[in-house]
Amino acid sequence: MGYVAIADRDHEIEHHDPQTFITKYVWSQDHKVIAIQYAGTAIFVGVIALILSAMMRLQLGFPDQFSFINPENYYQFITMHGMIMVIYLLTALFLGGFGNYLIPLMCGSRDMVFPYMNMLSYWVYLLSVIILLISFFVPGGSTGAGWTLYPPQAIMPGTPGVDWGIILMLASLAVFIVAFTMGGLNYVTTVLQARCRGMTLMRMPLSVWGIFMATILGLLAFPALLVSAIMMLLDKTIMTSFFMPAISSMGVDSGHTGGSPILFQHLFWFFGHPEVYIVALPAFGIVSDLLSTHARKNIFGYRMMVWALIAIGGLSFIVWAHHMYVSGMNPYFGFFFATTTLIIAVPTAIKVYNWVLTLWEGNIHLRVPMLFAIAFIFTFIHGGLTGLFLGNVTIDLPLSDTYFVVAHFHMVMGVSPILVVFGAIYHWWPKITGKMYNETLGKWHFWMTFLGTYSIYLPMHYLGFAGVPRRYFAMGNTEFMPESAQDLNAWITMSALFVAATQVLFFINVIWSLTRGPKADPNPWDATTLEWQTPDTPPKHGNWGHDLPECHRWAYDYSVPGYEDDFIPQNVAADVAPAGRDHGGAH
Amino acid sequence: MEIGLIVLAIMLATLLGWLLRQSFNAQPWIAEPVEESASQAPFNARPKLVALTAFLAVATSFFALILSAYSLRMELGDWIPLTEPQLLWFNTAVLVLASVAFQWTRNVAVSGRASQIKPGLLLTGILTSAFLVGQLIAWQQLNASGQYITSNPSNAFFFLLTGVHGLHILGGMYVWARATVRAFGGRDAAAVSHSVELCTIYWHFLLLVWLIIFGLILST
Repeated sequence: MGYVAIADRDHEIEHHDPQTFITKYVWSQDHKVIAIQYAGTAIFVGVIALILSAMMRLQLGFPDQFSFINPENYYQFITMHGMIMVIYLLTALFLGGFGNYLIPLMCGSRDMVFPYMNMLSYWVYLLSVIILLISFFVPGGSTGAGWTLYPPQAIMPGTPGVDWGIILMLASLAVFIVAFTMGGLNYVTTVLQARCRGMTLMRMPLSVWGIFMATILGLLAFPALLVSAIMMLLDKTIMTSFFMPAISSMGVDSGHTGGSPILFQHLFWFFGHPEVYIVALPAFGIVSDLLSTHARKNIFGYRMMVWALIAIGGLSFIVWAHHMYVSGMNPYFGFFFATTTLIIAVPTAIKVYNWVLTLWEGNIHLRVPMLFAIAFIFTFIHGGLTGLFLGNVTIDLPLSDTYFVVAHFHMVMGVSPILVVFGAIYHWWPKITGKMYNETLGKWHFWMTFLGTYSIYLPMHYLGFAGVPRRYFAMGNTEFMPESAQDLNAWITMSALFVAATQVLFFINVIWSLTRGPKADPNPWDATTLEWQTPDTPPKHGNWGHDLPECHRWAYDYSVPGYEDDFIPQNVAADVAPAGRDHGGAH
Repeated sequence: MEIGLIVLAIMLATLLGWLLRQSFNAQPWIAEPVEESASQAPFNARPKLVALTAFLAVATSFFALILSAYSLRMELGDWIPLTEPQLLWFNTAVLVLASVAFQWTRNVAVSGRASQIKPGLLLTGILTSAFLVGQLIAWQQLNASGQYITSNPSNAFFFLLTGVHGLHILGGMYVWARATVRAFGGRDAAAVSHSVELCTIYWHFLLLVWLIIFGLILST
């Protein structure tokens, strides 16, 4: 049995307690420190990407008012904003950050199975970030090819950053994938091998399920990005013709022959679509736990939630070409991909219903994490519904190159996951730091962010319907657009600047909490999951003191009838407390 | 993309089937004493084996996607089939022998005949290195006959595939080297034996990958 061997490792691990400052906080092999390193780095680059988006909005809202934004810069801002947000912020934060922190604690293990490789994963990730940041400062600047990096334009003269920017971008992606693979193997193996006694797969909190499935998707999908990055690097540096057709630019023959740009699109989206779910599944899992905990009710339909995660993960690999309707394809393929895309709405809708039904007759505490979790349901339904529009070929074709798509994907995989990120940070902050944050400041942060983002993206749908094209630096003399479209753009820009500025509240709260925050209760939310039952807050190296916890029940025994507290932690024995029932045991 | 899709579908179906079997009859809302639920856990604690299996899935996805790209690119007009260097047949035979040698070393290690591990490891090392050198010579033969990586997409794919395959082997050689150093240091026989077991699986996997690549290159 697996448990014996893990228990055998106890003495070994205790001897490995880090002694010096360097091994404790810098070259640390402790999953909690690595998680904070990952999260800190990801949030740092995320702030850079946020500033880039503010610069883009300045140009769109007030065209040609700012001399430091020219078309080249604008495309570089777009590209780096997209790439950083999707990969270096969200993927790294959800899996490297929350994955690292939560998997061992929620599964009741002392650390990741391979702590050294875990440490290496962070430092290689940092290297990829450094390469990415260097690309801002090389001659020609970073690449402006758009985050999808489509050839041939990504490596053709005329695209910003064609000399060095694109090479560094591709190199950085390759390095990131190496880092992710090292981390991902760790997460999967830890979930499969290092759970504490009694923690069956079906007793794992949904956060772990979401992160676990997302990691599997990442491990299988990132190779597609790696393959396309390697091939494009070869096309760029030694003039192979994987993707590059024979092309002549400004009278100069590029030297390529017969390559297929569509091939790149297939490879890219074979990664790119699962990537959406690599970001979404951890958010789904975490939000389930936040809702259940703060509504004091068991999650509605736990098994269905797990199966929905699994189904979404599987389906996400056969929908990629819905990103390529405008590239042209056999109508039967279009039909196939439209069908699979719409089918994915079924498990997703199951999840949404279950979240809402979890709230039904719950004892809802509108604390900051709960506000963010409920807001996620709104933004996610919103973004999901516009996805139904875009999944259909005939509707996608006219809308694909408009702001409708920008609004759609920002609602569904920009705003929604970020709301969960904030909710999760507020939720686990007391455990991570041992300090409480300022509730009032947190609520201000929430309301301004939530209403502000709606004020940005709701009007964008209208712009899209009006036919305002995305990706354009300036609209020029486009007569079909009403004057009011420009007024709307100015409004969106002001909202965006407002939302960006309000994020300062979050950082003020962080600093306030770290310096003057009151000491946190070990389990301030009366939560059932194991990470709240650690002997120390924040948990020390090894997490559990001398004895590993034992798991006796699932993570959702809230408001069980006949028990004095309204929650029963997972490590409370079965004969001490009764168990809840499925579906509405809270009555 | 069919190849990538089929391979991926098989891997996902295996995993999802396993997950569903784990979860289908579970009634997680029922609290149970630890002993009963512990017996539901079907795994042995072999984290390295699990991690290797997961890595093989990653590598499978990686190679399958390149082969998908190969089959898509092949259909375009400028594709000229590669004239394979005859040396590849010799290299293939060497890699097969390396795999056999590793299997023998593994059997020796598992049955506890520790003294025979060292020659086994050395033999595998030599054979595997010979394969890598052979691949490099094949590259040079191609270059010497004017078949550069840029000459034709089929050449580009050949260099790419052999290159990444070789890099995977080099990664395996790192683990092999660590095991060999340990074996000759005479310490930690259990760790050496475990390394050899895992390496054997990895070598067989890379042999299989090479046979598929070679078969594809020969037939197209």
